[in-house]
Amino acid sequence: MRLALRITLAAGLALGLAAPSFAAEGSYTRRPEKEVHFGFESPFGTYDRAALQRGFQVYKEVCAACHSLKRIAFRNLMDEGGPGFSQAQARALAAAVQVPAGPNEQGETHNEDGEPLTRPGILADYFPAPFANEQAARTANAGALPPDLSLMTKSRRHGHHYVYSLLTGYGEKPPADYHLAEGKHFNPWFEGWAIGMPAPLSNNGVTYADGTPATIEQQAHDVATFLAWAAEPKMEERKRMGFAVLIFLAAFAAILFLAYRKVWADAH
Amino acid sequence: MSGPSTYDPKSGFAKWLDQRLPLPRLMHDTMVTFPTPRNLNFWYTFGGILTFCLAVQIVTGIVLAMHYVANAELAFASVEKIMRDVNYGWLIRYVHANGASMFFLAVYIHMFRGIYYGSYKAPREVIWILGVLIYLLMTATAFFGYVLPWGQMSFWGATVITNLFSAIPVIGPGIATWLWGDFAVGDPTLNRFFSLHYLLPFIIAGVVGLHIWALHVPGNNNPLGIDVKSPQDTVPFHPYYTVKDAFYLVLFIIFFACFVFFEPEFFNAPENNIPADPLVTPAHIVPEWYLLPFYAMLRSVPDKLLGVLVMGAAIISLAVLPWTDTSRVRSCRFRPTMKWFFWFFVAACLILGYCGAQPVDATLFGIPLVWVARLATLYYFAFIYPIMFFVGLFETPKPLPASIAQSVLGEKPAAAE
Repeated sequence: MRLALRITLAAGLALGLAAPSFAAEGSYTRRPEKEVHFGFESPFGTYDRAALQRGFQVYKEVCAACHSLKRIAFRNLMDEGGPGFSQAQARALAAAVQVPAGPNEQGETHNEDGEPLTRPGILADYFPAPFANEQAARTANAGALPPDLSLMTKSRRHGHHYVYSLLTGYGEKPPADYHLAEGKHFNPWFEGWAIGMPAPLSNNGVTYADGTPATIEQQAHDVATFLAWAAEPKMEERKRMGFAVLIFLAAFAAILFLAYRKVWADAH
Repeated sequence: MSGPSTYDPKSGFAKWLDQRLPLPRLMHDTMVTFPTPRNLNFWYTFGGILTFCLAVQIVTGIVLAMHYVANAELAFASVEKIMRDVNYGWLIRYVHANGASMFFLAVYIHMFRGIYYGSYKAPREVIWILGVLIYLLMTATAFFGYVLPWGQMSFWGATVITNLFSAIPVIGPGIATWLWGDFAVGDPTLNRFFSLHYLLPFIIAGVVGLHIWALHVPGNNNPLGIDVKSPQDTVPFHPYYTVKDAFYLVLFIIFFACFVFFEPEFFNAPENNIPADPLVTPAHIVPEWYLLPFYAMLRSVPDKLLGVLVMGAAIISLAVLPWTDTSRVRSCRFRPTMKWFFWFFVAACLILGYCGAQPVDATLFGIPLVWVARLATLYYFAFIYPIMFFVGLFETPKPLPASIAQSVLGEKPAAAE
């Protein structure tokens, strides 16, 4: 019933019937996203394969410590329009993680040490979550819950720009009249300006295999690209089909226009 | 349907069938030979476009329902599975989601066109009322559909709208609980909304059948708003309007496709890509764009029950237009005063839509938007009641052309634009 009451109250608020003003909070709305170019934004733009692979590396080595990416499976890493890993690479990446297994053929779910049974991952497995459950995640993160990143770029206004701005948005001193809650970090690109996540990226925090200098900006750009793919993995297929569909429709419309002119030629 | 049938069955089978189930005759009379005013313009192609929209929504919806799971725990994940793992699932879902917006865009143009050319006036009142009923069913269907992905906006939108019923005195809270099947929006609510979302489109299709049937008795109105007087005023529906409708339909599909393939999330609230969480209220709960004008009306009334009544009255009032309008002339082309009030009405609807999208306490150039919305709401009702009534009584219409044929084919084509 408390939930029902809460929801009713919230609905009342939404209707503006309780009419309190949120002006006090309003001054800490997140800043407009930084202007940065992403090649995949244009109507024919595709994801930069190298950027996706670097972004995956940033996710794996940095973000995955706290954030799940539960809607992506290892098989997706070799999908067309994705990071373009080979099957062998994707298999190796999967095999490097342990996923829950069991019960085994004897019906056991735990080994002699009382540990849950695990097995190496396969292509069909989804990316494992860093924490067993929400409570474990909150305990490890000073009460904050690191959100799943599968749809991050689609669940925020200007998503990939938001991710980029947030990741490069640390380091400013809070204004004198701004009270930063304990355990929070100042980031004006985050709603309310106080974020639970400490600055995750550092210069050369990862070492790129392709020799790209791993500045914070570069890592942020790469991981934002990777997360954009994770949220919208069919973008390239979609744009390609869209192009074909528009060409067909334009030709069809031209033919229909000529037919329309011919049919109506004697009617007025 | 009106006038004698000109269907002439040729083959033996056609003759046999014609005496048992004259379906080919019906099709022939309504879609081939049906006499249609020769001066219908671009704005009259939206009837066909809307039929297309309904068909697209039903076909894509049936396929989506094969993969969707109406369960609060699984719904969001099942939609993501459609987007990622079902063959062309992303295409089907984006067509369905954007299709709703296209459907409403088309229906609003269709309705404004009906008002501008006086298509609701005698003898077409029943067509108009059926149209209002279709629109009402569309809003309900769209609302139920928006809840199904079970994102944050789905959940909180459903919470806000269903809570409106609790404004009814005494029995309101009971009605809300009955609608939810629970003490809050939850799994039973999602299940019944899915059931209704699947049911209503077929009811819409039925009412569309009646709408078209009713249209074929008096025949189409036209931009001049004058009656068809002789066969010279009309052309057969096929090929004249089949080809014209087809051409504009393809242009409409191009517009539609631009969203589906290049901006598929344009109409979607980003929050709806976050799974529903009953414990986290979004900062601003907004409905889909096509319901924003009514949302603005609801919020502009400082009393919940009155707000709900105003919102309901806004839709229902459209149905009485044929009787509040006292003008003997149908088309606004010949109504110099009403023309202005019409465009103000369009503007009021757009302004209400804008206000509905903004936070409750928003201002524009220092003016609180809630007052802008109040003014626009007032004009909305003023247009339907006193303006329609008094302008019709006192306005001097411009002279009407003698006939459609004369206007289109005659020496003075001025009135045909």
